[in-house]
Amino acid sequence: MPEQIPDDSVGLVVPQTLQFDDPLVLACGRTLNQYDLVYETYGQLNSKGTNAILICHALSGHHHVAGYHRMEDRKPGWWETCVGPGKVIDTEKFYVVCPNNLGGCHGSSGPISINPETGKNYGPDFPLMTVEDWVNSQKKLMDALKIDCWAAVVGGSLGGMQALQWSVDYPELLRHAVVIASAPKLSAQNIAFNEVARQSILSDPDFHGGRFYEHDTVPRRGLILARMVGHITYLSDDAMHAKFGRDLKTGQFRFGYDIEFQVESYLRHQGEMFSKQFDANTYLLMTKVLDYFDPVRGKDGDLSDVMTQAQCDFLVMSFTTDWRFSPERSEELVNALVAAGKDVSYVEIDAPQGHDSFLLPIPDYLAIFDAYMKRVAQESEVLCHAS
Amino acid sequence: MRADFKIILDWIQPEARVLDLGCGDGELLHVLQKERNIKGYGLEIDPANIARCVASGVNVIHQDLNQGVDNFGDGAFDTVVMTQALQTVRRPDRLLDEMLRVGRETIITFPNFGYWPIRTYLMTRGRMPVSKTLPYTWYNSPNIHLCTFRDFESLCRRKQIKIINRTVVDHKHRVGIGSKLFPNLLGEVAIYRVAK
Repeated sequence: MPEQIPDDSVGLVVPQTLQFDDPLVLACGRTLNQYDLVYETYGQLNSKGTNAILICHALSGHHHVAGYHRMEDRKPGWWETCVGPGKVIDTEKFYVVCPNNLGGCHGSSGPISINPETGKNYGPDFPLMTVEDWVNSQKKLMDALKIDCWAAVVGGSLGGMQALQWSVDYPELLRHAVVIASAPKLSAQNIAFNEVARQSILSDPDFHGGRFYEHDTVPRRGLILARMVGHITYLSDDAMHAKFGRDLKTGQFRFGYDIEFQVESYLRHQGEMFSKQFDANTYLLMTKVLDYFDPVRGKDGDLSDVMTQAQCDFLVMSFTTDWRFSPERSEELVNALVAAGKDVSYVEIDAPQGHDSFLLPIPDYLAIFDAYMKRVAQESEVLCHAS
Repeated sequence: MRADFKIILDWIQPEARVLDLGCGDGELLHVLQKERNIKGYGLEIDPANIARCVASGVNVIHQDLNQGVDNFGDGAFDTVVMTQALQTVRRPDRLLDEMLRVGRETIITFPNFGYWPIRTYLMTRGRMPVSKTLPYTWYNSPNIHLCTFRDFESLCRRKQIKIINRTVVDHKHRVGIGSKLFPNLLGEVAIYRVAK
């Protein structure tokens, strides 16, 4: 709980929900006739609407990017480091919009929502999504908020993939895309880790084919395992070594399978916390969204051919010890953008913290990100005052 | 504007595609964007410089020149520029080949190790020369492949690289009569424009 809300926080925020009745045709062939999107906004849209930023969240993220919902909240939103007054994404200059994506479990329509056709939770019947579907739903939100063009679409990890998809699908509707710790598509190894996470949920007896709500159970063991394996990929070997080493909880071997090493304790704790907050069907769905992401699929040519459609400028950032989406994956994207003749800047930040670095206050990262966003802000200002 | 940038500016066509190897704070690309409306990318390794490039609206890509530039296609650029960095890379000869593969033309500047005060320093003191242009001692110098103009031109001949222009200047980037007559002795920095 913050005793007092810090000056550089957006403070207390209230999520909003919009209901859409305009059918959304999905990549899987199905249609969502009606859906809700929950979102938060920070800052003020300027008179010509030139200062709107869309923040796209990652696998386990949601719309609560910054600030606090209640004074009792233990923690602020997930990207408090970067979003707030005077911060990199400066809410005194920008109007920031952050929706919870479809299929999520934080208020937007998803497996835990009631299916209007059956009156029961969707559960496993909620359609599988793709990044394109999300971008299309974000476009509907954009229209509802009367935003003509995003000053920037920004995201880390799976969020960066949405920014990339925006640049290809709606090239004239964004001026900048900021793609952080991301990749132009998943590798076989990435998919393999996702599959282990899925199998741990699917094989949990409490999963009941995804209809566990009706059985009044939660596939907790599956979720815990899924999060544990996921969490390993978010940290680097160095970060784990620095945090836990081979430290033992009690200082000696117990010769059993209870928690002995600190790292085991940490992973189980992370898994357990997660399993209390996250929906198993949503987790399954989100990992599939990642696996399906490939802006080149179904199109002629390679990544650089596809990226020629983009009209925005790009900032791409990676982190040295990120092995989930390594710097090489970002460089693939950067090389394609250069070959396509796009304006792009790229930096590989030297950081020991692995994939999670994009959420952390790493000075070089914030300095370069800030320099870029200051330019975006200046440009928004100029466009606002242009006749 | 820095005098060497003025010279380089004259050798760059409007709207050219330019790659600047070791672009520092991006000043040259910034000037070229303003004056020649070029499409440029800088390669830089220092995060503080990368931030400066980003702040001034210059495209910058984090890349170590020692790893080469094989991520860029053949003839992807009209001009590849490298100011004061040739002597710092592990294999200047290979990088030169790469620069000429990626660009139609290459502009290179480097300090002349045959400049007379350097020769005098070595002859009289018998120690590795330290000067304003070359302020490092032998063990901490990033300048690991220093050469003279004559050395560079001999490498160009061997590789059948054409020297289109050469301007030899003093440390303030001025062109003097002396450096025109005896460049390898009286010139401190050379700006070469070469092509295959």
